[in-house]
Amino acid sequence: MKGVAATGAATVLASCGQAPGRWRFLTTEEAALVNLISDQIIPRDQDPGAIDAGVVYFIDKQLAGPYKRFQQDYRGGLVTVEKTCASMYGKSFAQLSWNEQTKVLQAMESGPSAHFFELIRDHCMQGFYGSPRHGGNKDYVSFKMLGLDYPQIIGQNRYS
Amino acid sequence: MPVRACPCSSVRVLSTFHMALKHVNAVVIGAGAGGGVVAKELAEAGLSVVLLERGPWARFEDHDHDELISQRTTVLGNAFGPDDRRHRRVVEESDGQWRIVLPSEGGYNNNAACVGSGTVSYGAMAWRFMEQDFRMRSTYGVPEGSTLDDWPITYADLEPCYEKAEWEIGVSGDATLNPFAAPRQKPYPMPPHPYTREGQMLEKAATWLGLHPFPIPMLRNTVVRDGRPACIHCRSCVGFACEVDAKCGTHNTVIPRALRTGNCELRTEAVAAEILSDERGRARAVRYFDERDQEQIQTADLVVVSCSATETARLLLNSRSRLFPRGLGNRHDWVGRNLQGHAYSGSFGLFAEDVYDDVGPGACIAACDYNHGLPPGLLGGAMLANEFIRLPYLFAGRHAPGGARWGKAHKDFQRSWFRRHAGVQGPVQEIPVFEARVEIEPGVRDYWGIPVAKLSGRRHPNDIDVGKYIAGRAEEWLRAAGAIKTWQRTPGRGLSGGQHQAGTCRMGNDPKTSVTNRYGQVHEIDNLFVADGSLHVTNGGFNPALTIMALGYWVGGYIKGEWKGTGLKS
Repeated sequence: MKGVAATGAATVLASCGQAPGRWRFLTTEEAALVNLISDQIIPRDQDPGAIDAGVVYFIDKQLAGPYKRFQQDYRGGLVTVEKTCASMYGKSFAQLSWNEQTKVLQAMESGPSAHFFELIRDHCMQGFYGSPRHGGNKDYVSFKMLGLDYPQIIGQNRYS
Repeated sequence: MPVRACPCSSVRVLSTFHMALKHVNAVVIGAGAGGGVVAKELAEAGLSVVLLERGPWARFEDHDHDELISQRTTVLGNAFGPDDRRHRRVVEESDGQWRIVLPSEGGYNNNAACVGSGTVSYGAMAWRFMEQDFRMRSTYGVPEGSTLDDWPITYADLEPCYEKAEWEIGVSGDATLNPFAAPRQKPYPMPPHPYTREGQMLEKAATWLGLHPFPIPMLRNTVVRDGRPACIHCRSCVGFACEVDAKCGTHNTVIPRALRTGNCELRTEAVAAEILSDERGRARAVRYFDERDQEQIQTADLVVVSCSATETARLLLNSRSRLFPRGLGNRHDWVGRNLQGHAYSGSFGLFAEDVYDDVGPGACIAACDYNHGLPPGLLGGAMLANEFIRLPYLFAGRHAPGGARWGKAHKDFQRSWFRRHAGVQGPVQEIPVFEARVEIEPGVRDYWGIPVAKLSGRRHPNDIDVGKYIAGRAEEWLRAAGAIKTWQRTPGRGLSGGQHQAGTCRMGNDPKTSVTNRYGQVHEIDNLFVADGSLHVTNGGFNPALTIMALGYWVGGYIKGEWKGTGLKS
């Protein structure tokens, strides 16, 4: 019952275009797409990838902060991603196979959308390898992958 | 030129809109490597000093070990300022287009805005320039398209000031191991930092190559000194404030000493707009905005400008009057000229075994075999040293050319090589170019309405040739150490400057081809001084901080010697 009520409330608010969602700048659809793209940039393998690290939370948080200046690049760039998918495969990014998604991003990397690709590629790296205080690198997963302790083990005794 | 007394040191000339600030003997603008030292020298000599600093005190806690907001990687902002909200510059791009840049963007050529400025967050290498670095023209002649010249002072003149900087601010090192170093009177006050695993490996290789490696002298404690602890060797040093205050800057040495005299008042978040001069052409006051953005006018008997090469030039050029329509000290159009930095060049290498031991800051070994005496036709050179630790995000952009830039292959590279790579590089001495310059852009204002600096110009072709040579030597060193794959980093011809910016208010004996005399005293204005990297005629093949500190002692020492009693005299 509780769950139903909550869902109902969210639906009402969403219908006014004011969804109190978890995103600061991205729409739910945009966030889902950014999440999938980040997976391609830093995929999960034997170590966690961008999705595990919460890179999409990093990007969304920065777009509402220091990266406000990139808001329009994202809004337009994500539309371009879907258009590229449509023209190449007649499907949305989410419907593509892994290899098809890779091909779409490669096409963007070397095409007229290279600027947006560079932006999101770089932001994924920041979100994955930067400090968790900014929303990504959850539980320092990238530091663990690189074998870096955090908090740092410090002290001159390491010389002996 | 002797410092003369100012007979009209009253406050009557102040605008009625301001509550008059008490007249002082000296205003020092900029509490960085140069200004912090000058303020201390003058305060200890008994002068009343106001030290203006555009930023606040920096605290480690604000950004701790956060790579994305540091002074080295600034993608989310400059850890210690200036901030993107209130500051702008205009920069000429390589395609000739003008662009407005923010402080956290690469082209801004930023120096930190905080008490201590770059000395809070620097890598803290403590280099003395070599004897030849003060007489580049005599050593090499003047190449076409350059304004290369000798300094009006020699290494021997500055040597006592280097020594003061090393002992008062604190340097660790071993002065006996570098055969190319200029003569010195005293050893370093602290023993050197030990080599890391990478340093040990590079030492063996350098010795095998016939080079002369030694531990990098550092403004960083190896022992407890002046109540501050020894370095704990964390991995995030360059770009960060020190967690335990083991890094020695002006903010934790000379500036506190200046304040303890009772003669120096530090005003933080005070942004200088203009130096006011009187009808006889002498500096009279500094107009600035205080921490509440209120305009203030501070009168003084003398003014010292220590804002770094870009901002010092900007301030002088923005200080216009009937007598100085082109800005103070700029009668011959030399203010802002000869902007230099360093054409960093080097190589990276991958190794079969782990070379990373997580012992910060990483940089620990250097050699000066290639600072001078390169093959004919190459002017100057660079000190070579291993690089500071590349933190994970920085390393993500440092892969071998042609390698994957994203996807599983990129991740594999990070995972495979982060602990098995090393870098060796050097700050290639740049040949000054007259057209590389700082100007004022009246059409673009900062938050306070002050016209911003405009940067333009390109490097001299020599710097590129020397850079390629230096990168080759770095590659040899890495190969000798066992690198299984190497690649070079060579400079482009684009605008220089960076954190090592210098040269824009060159000192010299001829007022037609320099801005100040040999004491940093602006030609024609006997109570206006410059004390920062702007004075550098040439910028050495070294990180410049210790030389800027030494110049602080040099300029401050001259003012002290000329100062008599309660007023300026002749």
